[in-house]
Amino acid sequence: MTDTLDSGPVLAADGRPLKASLNRALRRQKMRSMMLIAPLLIFIMFTFVIPIGQMLFRSVENQIVSDVLPTTTQMLHDWDASTGERPSEDVFAALTKDMMVAVEKKEHTRLGSRLNYETTGISSLFRKTGRRVDDMGEVYTEQFTALDPTWENPVFWADLVALPDAAAALPQTLAAYASFSDTIISEDGDDPREEQPWNTVYLSLYQDLSAASAADLSALPAEVGVAQAAVGGFETQNLGDAFTKIDKDWSSVEVWETIHTYSPDFTNGYFLNSIDRQKTADGSEWRGEQQQIYLTLFVRTLIMSMTITISCILLGYPVAWLLANLPMRTANLLMILVLLPFWTSLLVRTSAWKVLLQQQGVINDIVVWLGLVADDNRLALINNATGTIIAMTHILLPFMILPLYSVMKTVPPTYVRAAKSLGATNWTAFWRVYFPQSVPGIGAGSILVFILSIGYYITPEIVGGTKGVFISNRIAYHISSSLNWGLAAALGSILLAVVMLLYWAYDRIVGIDNVKLGG
Amino acid sequence: MSNTGNDGAFVEFERVQKSYDGENLVVKDLNLSMPKGEFLTMLGPSGSGKTTCLMMLAGFETATHGEIRLDGVSINHIPPHKRGIGMVFQNYALFPHMTVAENLSFPLEVRKMGKSEREEKVMRALGMVQMQDFAGRRPTQLSGGQQQRIALARALVFEPELVLMDEPLGALDKQLRETLQFEITNLAHQLGITVVYVTHDQTEALTMSDRVAVFDDGRIQQLAPPDELYEAPQNSFVAQFIGENNTLEGVVKEIKGNTCIVQLDNGDIIDAIPVNVTAVGERTKVSIRPERVEFDKGRLQADAHTLKAEVLEFIYMGDIFRTRLRVAGMDDFVIKSRNAPDQTRLVPGQQIEIGWLPEDCRALDA
Repeated sequence: MTDTLDSGPVLAADGRPLKASLNRALRRQKMRSMMLIAPLLIFIMFTFVIPIGQMLFRSVENQIVSDVLPTTTQMLHDWDASTGERPSEDVFAALTKDMMVAVEKKEHTRLGSRLNYETTGISSLFRKTGRRVDDMGEVYTEQFTALDPTWENPVFWADLVALPDAAAALPQTLAAYASFSDTIISEDGDDPREEQPWNTVYLSLYQDLSAASAADLSALPAEVGVAQAAVGGFETQNLGDAFTKIDKDWSSVEVWETIHTYSPDFTNGYFLNSIDRQKTADGSEWRGEQQQIYLTLFVRTLIMSMTITISCILLGYPVAWLLANLPMRTANLLMILVLLPFWTSLLVRTSAWKVLLQQQGVINDIVVWLGLVADDNRLALINNATGTIIAMTHILLPFMILPLYSVMKTVPPTYVRAAKSLGATNWTAFWRVYFPQSVPGIGAGSILVFILSIGYYITPEIVGGTKGVFISNRIAYHISSSLNWGLAAALGSILLAVVMLLYWAYDRIVGIDNVKLGG
Repeated sequence: MSNTGNDGAFVEFERVQKSYDGENLVVKDLNLSMPKGEFLTMLGPSGSGKTTCLMMLAGFETATHGEIRLDGVSINHIPPHKRGIGMVFQNYALFPHMTVAENLSFPLEVRKMGKSEREEKVMRALGMVQMQDFAGRRPTQLSGGQQQRIALARALVFEPELVLMDEPLGALDKQLRETLQFEITNLAHQLGITVVYVTHDQTEALTMSDRVAVFDDGRIQQLAPPDELYEAPQNSFVAQFIGENNTLEGVVKEIKGNTCIVQLDNGDIIDAIPVNVTAVGERTKVSIRPERVEFDKGRLQADAHTLKAEVLEFIYMGDIFRTRLRVAGMDDFVIKSRNAPDQTRLVPGQQIEIGWLPEDCRALDA
């Protein structure tokens, strides 16, 4: 013993350090257990974790604006909305070029819908503009071709942009031509050498030639020099006015502000929307009273989930107690009754509640028959919060009873007997001795019921009407109807965060060790 | 609330019967009377009704028929929490969510006792079981023996006059059990409390009790002090159940005052004292304790009947020798002899003659 103490690490029989030997021996075990869980892990990774991660990522993702309008968003950087003026001509020129590409790629409608979530009307604005954008800058095309028909020749264009000196002298033209050729190749499969460039290319040429000096163009074909001499006298088109003519919204600061605000690749806009705020140029502000819905829905979801959880505790506790204390045979029968709802489709159960709870339904009929309620004053039990609470309490009750039962089953009856023999009344014995030991079951059941109900969708959808729907119904609406997935993702992320927060709070207050599903 | 019991009796069962299903009686006609301060053990095999009796006394079961009296007052209709009887359970039943001190304080709290008084009593009770240092622990942090001590202290802390114990040492190892047996009896006598103790361990019953009630088939088979129970069993069940016992079967041939002659089934004749045989010709089981059998002719009475025996097995057990013999055609006759310097060690195959004093051989019911 003493020599191992002197010579540092303990050695195994073969002279290696014992720790290393142990690790090596355990590694195979670990590998084997990893192999056993690998299929499920991979399955969960690909079908659950990654898709959910992607979905959550959508809540901040906003690349569509800068993807579809790359130059416009760049140019718009320096624009100041507070002047109340629409952006400069350069921005409109960039918009023309971006729109031209977007229309050919049919992306402008998608962007329109995206921005329409923020400011209504943008969708139709983009659609309308998309139909007319190819006329923009036509005045320059006509003047260039009138000056020299060579400008109509696709081959001449293709050769011109291929010249090594063109890049420095005609940067915008080259960029516009590149978008033109890329787009027609990828979208229509056309050859740029056979197609006359778009008007936007001529517009760019005009811009380049207006800015260039004769010396810059000396290496290019003579036609370019001639054109440069002539552009000074060209008739010009005010693009801003032209766009405004298509739709007066293009002069509206609000539209431009929306594009400007949503130019970055990532945005907190969806999250702001989720809490009834809207993004403005400098920060955010509350939405109008009429438009606020999400905070109300979140609060309602939380309050109703808590109500459902509490009703489940109140209704489930005595049943679980009976289950745990009755003789085996009776208890088994009762257990089947508790489990019976699991064997029935959720939809069927919820629909049954619709039948039971409606104004002309069974429950109202009975209450009226008993004379508790006048016939002309039947209870509104459905299509409101009451309906949701009743139906969901029923549906989630087994999730409360089962953990409670399995915990109560482990509390020996001798504890209560001991308490009574020590002088405690039935109530004291229950409250001071039995109840504290069943708390872990209440904890487990409550977490289960609360988390299930906070994300419940089908039942509130069917019996909730407008006053009894949850945030999840709104999320579903944005996923499947409005297709505003970003907002749905943001709402979902907030819901997830709230659940995590409550779980953390529960752990701090009650302790997660105090949760037992049995044993 | 009339005092109808025997004078001086503290706990009384009078014609008590108990049935759970309305078909079978678990306790049949129980009559028992205990003076104050007695340590009485209910001993019996499982299913003999002893625990049911204890539960009826504690109030967790109601008697189907008969009356149970405590200090002369019928308690049949008094709920358990008003009986003021201390109880120690088999699995200790310490409340796991309370500390040791809180467990002990519980019976005092429900009695609305003041805080300082409670603390004083709790510490005194913990002192009785030498567990003062463990007041702040949770029951799960204690060993089985420590938990049992706490359970005992909790049953005593509110100073009940009667304490019930339901196999309290069943889950402990042998050594600890012996220590605690000693502590429990000491404490009971010191405090002058009356104890009803249930066990199926006969050694425990014999060493601890003032009197032992042997239960079988819902009846008390014999109620007697330990020595009487061992040496003078009233029937063959008690003789079999308490200690080791040799049984020989036969027919009563002759009864002369307090001795009788029994002819065994193989024709041999032996002396015995008639305990519950009354007539000649009756079948009987004769019971002889292994340590009362002699194989040294010099120690027997001159006219004693002897039996031929063959030694089958000799077991050296340290303090004693245990020898198995074939007697009267049976292979399981055992004799025990003290390991003394002059003791003969029998050899398997040896033919010997055995005999006994007539008063050690009891002719019981068949």
